[in-house]
Amino acid sequence: MTDYTRVAPKATPETRPYWDGLREGKLMIQRNKKTGKAYFPPRPFDPSDPWADVEWFQASGRGTLLSYVINHRPPPGFEGPTAVAVVQLEEGVKMASNIVECPQTPEALQLDMALELAPTKVNDDISLPTWRPAMGS
Amino acid sequence: MPKPGNVAIVGAAELVSPLGVFPEYSQLGLHAEAAIRAMKEAGLKPSDIDGVACAGASPVETAFYLGITPTYVDGTQVGGCSFMVHVRHAVAAIESGLAKTVLITHGESGKSGIGRGGWPGGGGQSIQAQFEQWVGTSGPPSTFTIPVMRYLKKYNVTEEDLATVAVVQREYAARNPNAMMKDPITVDDVLNSRMIAYPFRLLMCCLVTDGAGALILTSADRAKDFPTKPAYILGTGESVETPMVTQMEDFTSSRAFRVAGPTAFREAGITHDDVDHLMIYDAFAHLPLYGLEDLGFVGRGEAAAFIKAGNTRPGGKLPLNTNGGGLSYTHSGMYGMYALQESLRQVRGVAPAQIPGVKISVAHGVGGMFAASGTVIMSNERP
Repeated sequence: MTDYTRVAPKATPETRPYWDGLREGKLMIQRNKKTGKAYFPPRPFDPSDPWADVEWFQASGRGTLLSYVINHRPPPGFEGPTAVAVVQLEEGVKMASNIVECPQTPEALQLDMALELAPTKVNDDISLPTWRPAMGS
Repeated sequence: MPKPGNVAIVGAAELVSPLGVFPEYSQLGLHAEAAIRAMKEAGLKPSDIDGVACAGASPVETAFYLGITPTYVDGTQVGGCSFMVHVRHAVAAIESGLAKTVLITHGESGKSGIGRGGWPGGGGQSIQAQFEQWVGTSGPPSTFTIPVMRYLKKYNVTEEDLATVAVVQREYAARNPNAMMKDPITVDDVLNSRMIAYPFRLLMCCLVTDGAGALILTSADRAKDFPTKPAYILGTGESVETPMVTQMEDFTSSRAFRVAGPTAFREAGITHDDVDHLMIYDAFAHLPLYGLEDLGFVGRGEAAAFIKAGNTRPGGKLPLNTNGGGLSYTHSGMYGMYALQESLRQVRGVAPAQIPGVKISVAHGVGGMFAASGTVIMSNERP
């Protein structure tokens, strides 16, 4: 468990399966059962068709670096300049995240680089969906 | 006045339980569930809704969550009667053509307290807290700027180009006694200023100031009885996209800009060639780039070269941010009022850096961080 002094996210009934999944190292997101199209962040309906059946499924945990800034004045709980990044998931949705196990520099953080899910545990309930450079599998 | 009976309620839903609780919904979820049930009763989909009004959540959150792209939003929050006021405003909006179908929502996890309160509250349960803020943003400089690296890569735009935006606007600020920053700057000055959130440096970020502004509007017929030179509103536009910049559809373009800007132009019945003066809300140096492209003044990826070529500087063919902008003039937090004030001064002919012969001015604003947009086109001539 990392030293975590930031305000941790807290699940709502609508997002509970997402945070439960991350606690076990799985990235659970939702898709429209009819079209198969994923959407994010989680909610009980697909905004493109609120009456379609939706389901949770485990995302591959593979993505690429879509964009970022390196915050030189990060909030308490972060050590030094920290990249605020957005990951493009293989499933077509994107999520804000941090890139761990990687220098927080423009040289190390190349747009479109391959990433893989590497969750960071912050408390017994919440693990954050952080990502790291793909190990080249 | 709106004509009696011209607007009607066609769908409704209420979530009330004898237990007094809905433990399965967050506050935003309650807004959404009520909305979905009302749409179902009316036989409407989110794509049929073009107006959103709510209190207890922001209309940005509600529209994003429900997948609505509105041309009319009302976040009036005046307490428990907000919804009566929303109805009144919706009548005016529908009567005047700002929207065809307005959704008004309420939702309050008043007992369960799940995700209660707006940004950045909600006790870690707001969608922003769960899906964006934990990554270590610390205010607009490290949030509003997140999409820009993608823009730079896609269009081969450089940090020097971003710096040029600030340099050109300083030329106007130098002519404005009220501007906070008046000394000329170079691209090197900008690129050597303190790093705030790579690739953004201090001089690419807006000022932090105090300030205020006010406007008074009345009918054009009454306007001629006033001592001031009227500025006629030719057209307006509005929209919202997302409460989280990291969820915007396209990191190189703002959907809210692409709705608000063209709506205002259509309403005004003008083309880009008719515009003599332009204000684009510049909280950060990338906003004029996105604004010029999303409003259609230049093609995709062409804004940086357009500015570099001198088109927006004093004497250029499209004077932009002539007060010096949020980067050099002032920025108290919600800068849109100052953009409107400069448009007004320009059409009145009394601006410190007055552009000769201004008839039509466009003031284009952003709200939140690509969350919302509003556009106003004004003229000193009544069409």
